[in-house]
Amino acid sequence: MPPELPTALRLLLLRDLRLAVRRWGQMATPLMFFAIVATLFPLALSPAMLQLREIAPGVLWVAALLSSLLALDALFRADLEDGSLEQLLLSPQPLPLLLLARTAAHWLMSAVPLIALAPLLAVALHLPAQALVTLMLALALGTPVLSLLGAIGAALTMGLHRGGALLALLVLPLAVPVLIFGARATDLAARGEDPAGPLFLLASLLFLALSLAPIAAAAALRVSLD
Amino acid sequence: MHRFFHELASPPHFYRLAGRLGPWFGWTGAALIAGSAWAGLAWAPPDYQQGDGFRIIYVHVPSAWMSLFVYVLMATAAAIGLVWRIKLAHAVAAGCAPIGASFTFLALATGSIWGKPMWGTWWVWDARLTSELILLFLYAGYMALRASIDDLQRADRASAVLALVGVINVPIIHYSVIWWNTLHQGPTVTRLDTPAIAASMLVPLLTMTVGFMCYFAAVLMTRVRGELLARERHARWVREVV
Amino acid sequence: MGGYAAYVWSAFGLTLAVLLGNAWLARRRFAAARLELARRLRAAGGTP
Repeated sequence: MPPELPTALRLLLLRDLRLAVRRWGQMATPLMFFAIVATLFPLALSPAMLQLREIAPGVLWVAALLSSLLALDALFRADLEDGSLEQLLLSPQPLPLLLLARTAAHWLMSAVPLIALAPLLAVALHLPAQALVTLMLALALGTPVLSLLGAIGAALTMGLHRGGALLALLVLPLAVPVLIFGARATDLAARGEDPAGPLFLLASLLFLALSLAPIAAAAALRVSLD
Repeated sequence: MHRFFHELASPPHFYRLAGRLGPWFGWTGAALIAGSAWAGLAWAPPDYQQGDGFRIIYVHVPSAWMSLFVYVLMATAAAIGLVWRIKLAHAVAAGCAPIGASFTFLALATGSIWGKPMWGTWWVWDARLTSELILLFLYAGYMALRASIDDLQRADRASAVLALVGVINVPIIHYSVIWWNTLHQGPTVTRLDTPAIAASMLVPLLTMTVGFMCYFAAVLMTRVRGELLARERHARWVREVV
Repeated sequence: MGGYAAYVWSAFGLTLAVLLGNAWLARRRFAAARLELARRLRAAGGTP
């Protein structure tokens, strides 16, 4: 590993974070979307507490999934427009690691606020208090996987007409395992049972995604920009 | 051996070979499918539990198997095209997609038709059916991505990356759906699977599958030949075969 | 067929329809590609 690699990654991460902070309004939209989608379900179904409590884990997870899709737009767009994405390709540093840093910055700015907002919405949906920590933990494990999968999708659909809809079509089927394990963990915790099983499954998905997704995203990026 | 593959990868050679082999596969497939259909409908005994309704298995299960087989083949061809930059491999991957999607659709439709008399509803969130549905979405995504990219080379390589990501995910998705399904078992175990199955019931199933395979080979060859004509329209060999 | 006739036959029928349809679509594409190519070659001045 060339000595400059850790420095390069750190610089990239800080740069992305700094830019994202400057454009914090962009990050607010997916958060609002998260809240709105979660709100749609009581409106569409029923405000009755017992019913909401049943569906709360599922609703929260679907809303989080859709919101993270929306946030993916910000991952590459700005850099594609000003040409710095091509510079990234020319860098001597391994592209998968650079993309990992980029995705990490994106996750920090888009998913962490979501994880912070989730308990609020969960309480509104009458999720039992004992499940809140599990919810946040599961989201903390699952949202990086979504960001990593999303990075692959965003790289593949870069610059395409109606790319956003296509991105959703590509990423959502791949996100099903995260949805299943995350919702199940939350549901178990809500019932007072032990959520360790699905949480470990989420963790293994995360490790798998961390090791493989950046490689795929790098390949996808080269395909789209070469 | 190396020369054999090298020759095979050459578009004009494959075009001619596929032109000769195609009809053989096609007629063999047609015969096998017809024979298996007869065997499944008339020869095989009715199931002691499900009566004659279970005969749908003879088209449902082979369709499901093919849908998965074709996806793996598609991903393999895509990988070969991506890594060794063989244009024919990309053409094969492109040809596989609509056929695989059709098999997936068939598996879903026949599964649904099977479910109605058995469990009273047109759809059950059975692990297998749900997995098939997600597979259909994966096929749809692949075809949509290809269709959205104008540049052929980018389309080939982007869809290849997608197919590879998909094929790695298919077992993960499949097992997560099975896991999900076992948690929510209803009072009746809805299994569109094949439990302990008698030999006389197995034979039409296997012959139908072989028939589907031959059919697939025939249709794939036609599709690839069409792809090659479209892709290689400026090449010299094309003038001689048109 | 014990009352299942409609279901079994529609399943088999649908299968046949899809298989035939697929084959037909593939052939149609191929024929169209060939025609297009022949047209182009004629326009460009015929086979050398």
